[in-house]
Amino acid sequence: MGQRERTLVSPAGGVFRGRAVVMDAEDVRRATWRIAHEILEHNRGAGHLVLVGLQTGGVWIASALADVVRAVSATDVPVGALDVAYYRDDIGLRPVLPVAATEIPVDLGGAVVVLCDDVLFTGRTVRAALNALSDLGRPAAVQLAVMVDRGHRELPIRPDYVGKNLPTRRLEMVDVSPEGVVLGDMVASGDLGALGDAVAPEGEAV
Amino acid sequence: MTPRHLLSVGDLGLDGIDEVLRLADTFVEVGRRPIPRVPALRGKTIVSTFFEDSTRTRLSFEAAAKRLSADVMTFTGSSSSLNKGESLRDTVLTLEAMGADAFVVRHSCAGVPAQVAGWLESAGGAGGAGGAGGQPGSGASVLNAGDGAHEHPTQALLDCFTISRERERRLGYSPARPAVLSGLSIAIVGDIRHSRVARSNVIAFSTLGATVTLVAPPTLLPPSLEGWPVEVSHDIDAVVAKSDVVYLLRLQSERMHEQFLPSLREYTATFGLTAERARLLGPSALVMHPGPVRRGIEIAAEVADSPVSVITTQVANGVAVRMAVLYLLLGSGAPVGA
Repeated sequence: MGQRERTLVSPAGGVFRGRAVVMDAEDVRRATWRIAHEILEHNRGAGHLVLVGLQTGGVWIASALADVVRAVSATDVPVGALDVAYYRDDIGLRPVLPVAATEIPVDLGGAVVVLCDDVLFTGRTVRAALNALSDLGRPAAVQLAVMVDRGHRELPIRPDYVGKNLPTRRLEMVDVSPEGVVLGDMVASGDLGALGDAVAPEGEAV
Repeated sequence: MTPRHLLSVGDLGLDGIDEVLRLADTFVEVGRRPIPRVPALRGKTIVSTFFEDSTRTRLSFEAAAKRLSADVMTFTGSSSSLNKGESLRDTVLTLEAMGADAFVVRHSCAGVPAQVAGWLESAGGAGGAGGAGGQPGSGASVLNAGDGAHEHPTQALLDCFTISRERERRLGYSPARPAVLSGLSIAIVGDIRHSRVARSNVIAFSTLGATVTLVAPPTLLPPSLEGWPVEVSHDIDAVVAKSDVVYLLRLQSERMHEQFLPSLREYTATFGLTAERARLLGPSALVMHPGPVRRGIEIAAEVADSPVSVITTQVANGVAVRMAVLYLLLGSGAPVGA
């Protein structure tokens, strides 16, 4: 889950060590472009659309999708950011703190909400997001767009739009940013010589 | 480590206060939603134990707990088994045995919340409530909602939040975090001697970087100000003119067992924020009061109702700030504090 996972998995410290570049910046850009078109196709235009990014990793994806939608359909789609910390089911099991206040700029009643996130993993974050949305209004429909679906679902949740399906092992980590998608592991910071190497991908493109 | 209790605002330190204010921002947003409630503390039981009269603090804590989906039990000293001779300790342990995860304690004696915390810790979490913040074997948390003339930490936190965010809103600038009050001059005026609000606010304001000036007749200052990071003045006109915040305190007649003042009218003339005196306020100054307000004594009614006054904003922010404190102690599992 990229940014979120990095802060959650290893409270004692530890760094992400990339092993393989799965998508480069150009791949991410193309996937964003395709997903935006799929959203427009599926919903027959941008009317009633609201793009809601999940804090933190989904926020840039929501605004990147909105940029494409604006370029393609000359429509300004409202973009929001949702922090689901208070809806998580692991409060009390590990530290849970919100990163930023939720910002939903429009009334969600009757809107088609596209939740945007970087990585879909267990589905628990999306479950929390669905509950949060229902406290914010009653959308006509909720859809899910993710850059990477890495499997290992623990809840009956599936994405509507996927940048890339990426088979992973449970303990692996996926780092998603506009610069690309990197598969790797969290390692104790002591295992690394220089921290500067930490996020430098070592493997070759898959 | 995760602190279990909030007994003094000094327990939090600069970073802890900043974290409460940051979380309060998220809870202000929650309060604006059509359904202003989050499930964060589902299954937790919070007991409000008020051994002294209160309107806003008790209701504010209870609203905060309910908006976090916690269960709330209300205990009032006057209608309890205390009247049958049960000791405070037995009362607390009885409530803990019913599954309380947190006690919000107000008492007219300083130190009671700390005493309650001590009893709960030595009882070793006998109640089935389980660990707050996931600490094994720990019992319930204690939140000080005002003890005698000692402290009122959540009032200080909501005051810091109000000053910081209200100045941001009115002046359009973002203060430097975490020291969000740095460079501000704050005057606390009135009955400092009997005021727990003043004690907590002196700690909180100075921790966040403000310069604090106390203004009061000598009889209403504490017997000693040694170690207080404050200046003292008896010239209210000069202080009002140069302060960014004028924080007025209520004359606590219920705690005045001897003659501290010649007369209320003289107090108002010398130390009250009258309409004439309010004209000395700077253009961006804020006037605050922890309530309950005694109009016409420490503050003129027209000043309390004018735009410089953020007294009702303080109350509104109180719920969000108390949600932040409850969530930090009971839910987040996050390390905070000095």
